[in-house]
Amino acid sequence: MGFFNKLKSSLTKTRKSFTEKIEQLVIGYADINEECLDELEEILISADVGVHTTMKLMDDVRAGIKKKEINSPQDLQPFLIKRIGEILSTGEDKACIAQTGPTVLLVIGVNGVGKTTTIGKLAKYYKNKNKSVILAAADTFRAAAIDQLQIWGNRANADVIAHTEGADPAAVVFDALKAAISRKADILIIDTAGRLHTKANLMDELNKIYRVIKREIPDAPHETLLILDATTGQNAIHQAELFTKAAPISGVILTKLDGTAKGGVVIGIKEQLAMPVKWIGVGEGEDDLQPFDAEDFATALFEK
Amino acid sequence: MIFESLAEKLQNTFKKLRGHGRLSAEDVNAAMRDIRMALLEADVNFKVVKSFVAKIKERAIGANILESLTPAQAVIKIVNEELTELMGGTVSRINIAANPPTIIMMVGLQGAGKTTSVGKLGTMLKKQGKHPLFVAADVYRPAAVKQLQVIGKQLDIPVFSMAEGSNPVTIAEKSLEHAHSHANDVVIIDTAGRLHINEELMQELKFIKDNVHPHEILLVVDAMTGQDAVNVAESFNADLGLDGVVLTKMDGDARGGAALSVKAVTGCPIKFVGTGEKLDALEPFYPDRMASRILDMGDVLSLIEKA
Ligand SMILES: Nc1nc2c(ncn2[C@@H]2O[C@H](COP(=O)(O)OP(=O)(O)OP(=O)(O)O)[C@@H](O)[C@H]2O)c(=O)[nH]1
Ligand SMILES: Nc1nc2c(ncn2[C@@H]2O[C@H](COP(=O)(O)OP(=O)(O)OP(=O)(O)O)[C@@H](O)[C@H]2O)c(=O)[nH]1
Ligand SMILES: [Mg+2]
Ligand SMILES: [Mg+2]
Repeated sequence: MGFFNKLKSSLTKTRKSFTEKIEQLVIGYADINEECLDELEEILISADVGVHTTMKLMDDVRAGIKKKEINSPQDLQPFLIKRIGEILSTGEDKACIAQTGPTVLLVIGVNGVGKTTTIGKLAKYYKNKNKSVILAAADTFRAAAIDQLQIWGNRANADVIAHTEGADPAAVVFDALKAAISRKADILIIDTAGRLHTKANLMDELNKIYRVIKREIPDAPHETLLILDATTGQNAIHQAELFTKAAPISGVILTKLDGTAKGGVVIGIKEQLAMPVKWIGVGEGEDDLQPFDAEDFATALFEK
Repeated sequence: MIFESLAEKLQNTFKKLRGHGRLSAEDVNAAMRDIRMALLEADVNFKVVKSFVAKIKERAIGANILESLTPAQAVIKIVNEELTELMGGTVSRINIAANPPTIIMMVGLQGAGKTTSVGKLGTMLKKQGKHPLFVAADVYRPAAVKQLQVIGKQLDIPVFSMAEGSNPVTIAEKSLEHAHSHANDVVIIDTAGRLHINEELMQELKFIKDNVHPHEILLVVDAMTGQDAVNVAESFNADLGLDGVVLTKMDGDARGGAALSVKAVTGCPIKFVGTGEKLDALEPFYPDRMASRILDMGDVLSLIEKA
């Protein structure tokens, strides 16, 4: 049990804010040495940036030191914020909107990440911009998923197209597309069942939904949004890799950033897969959705 | 992307070295780096990795290397033994109360799999001849009560709920009266997902605990959780005192380093793993399997065992 106790006390220390840690780094090291760089590496790892991307960033830092862009520990944090900001903002974000007819958003992700909740928030956002919004309850699997979406629809004052539990999700999507076209809706947002990216049959089902959308409206879905839970570790990269095979992802929404997890994994996703991050979720309420700001995010990575 | 397994990495590392018979400190350092990386890739918390690697190093330096083993295999063997030990023995039992009902309370972050796990435990206990009652104490999430009711109906297990606007503490309390009068010998309370830093909602859980005195408080943890798992587990444990952990979504390809992190900070056993969305997808936790999953070792271990 000695192991646990030692670990516990060392963890209490790390729970202190990372800003504090960086500041300590700056105070603690007159010069940049290996120990100082090790600590920096730990800060990145502890934010779920992952081994691969952390090593890359550390290489950048070492190169920065050689080029005299980094001369003292003080220079480390601004250097990294800038560098991470660059990684996160490259190729950013053409919000896709239909030229005519409804703009279709397809929302996908593994179980419990916050798809349905985020759809409720998006519905509210578009409603506030005076758009007409329809929601499609294409999660016909999970217990009470339809009821959950209907409650969100009521809150946002958006119509919900639903069949019954157990129905074919592609059929729900088909009806919703028809409804969105005939009612001249501005936005159609499709909720899908949570599914693990490793389940081939469920990925096929998602691909079928994607094809139904394409068949009815060739330039749709205008956005395919992968929802990622900020608490997720390195598995998020596998999720993005495999989901985009079933339905090409146009952007990522990072949820649950109101916790203490820093969602550093999106840096890895961005760096390895070049997918733009569009929104962040910061709570369970209907207004808890914010546009993603690369630089703010990079700064927040170093804070508590 | 192809990840080199730890075994391959270690083999390559040792190929470059000369160490035979006994490992030198230098050999060991190179190997420790491989181990550290592998554990971090598997989402084991970096502080846990640090202490763990230090312990491995101690054992590995000067360790006697059996003739039949390569140094790489010898190190893996040590790592695996330590990892399995750290993960603890097999405890896949619920504390059953001497005087029924046994009260179980499920807690955890949003979306971890609490409500589904309530259904799975109900399935398991019913099979054991118990008469469970589910308690819908999540009054926040849209359609949370309905979700539990649908699950209860599928399993033919009654669900206790109260009118909208009721307080979760009251719901939990009243459910016990219901259980007494309906001869339910197990009560499983589904609580709302919450963040470990939300003081108000953590206080609510404490009130429930103080009023119903659960025999078993289970933290539900998503196997895909990253570095933050330790903060979550530590907070829930500090506020409530946990009796066990349910590790969900193990049917995916997450390496599940969260399991090790959570075990390391709370010390309490991982009792069950969730392996699917269906209500019978609950299995006992096997430390040795988890160890080889975290290290991505597959067949290497069985080879070593035979050697
Ligand atoms: N704290 C916090 N909680 C969130 C956020 N977004 C969603 N949640 C919560 O996460 C839980 C799961 O959200 P859902 O919207 O049901 O997730 P989902 O991806 O639709 O889940 P499935 O359909 O079961 O796969 C709920 O309790 C939500 O209230 C967020 O940004 N912050
Ligand atoms: N693949 C898989 N999915 C799971 C498992 N356990 C739960 N889920 C799914 O994860 C999602 C969230 O599960 P819930 O039981 O609603 O989670 P919760 O913790 O009650 O969520 P909140 O009440 O919103 O905090 C659902 O889609 C479940 O079907 C599991 O072991 N494997
Ligand atoms: Mg959903
Ligand atoms: Mg729930």
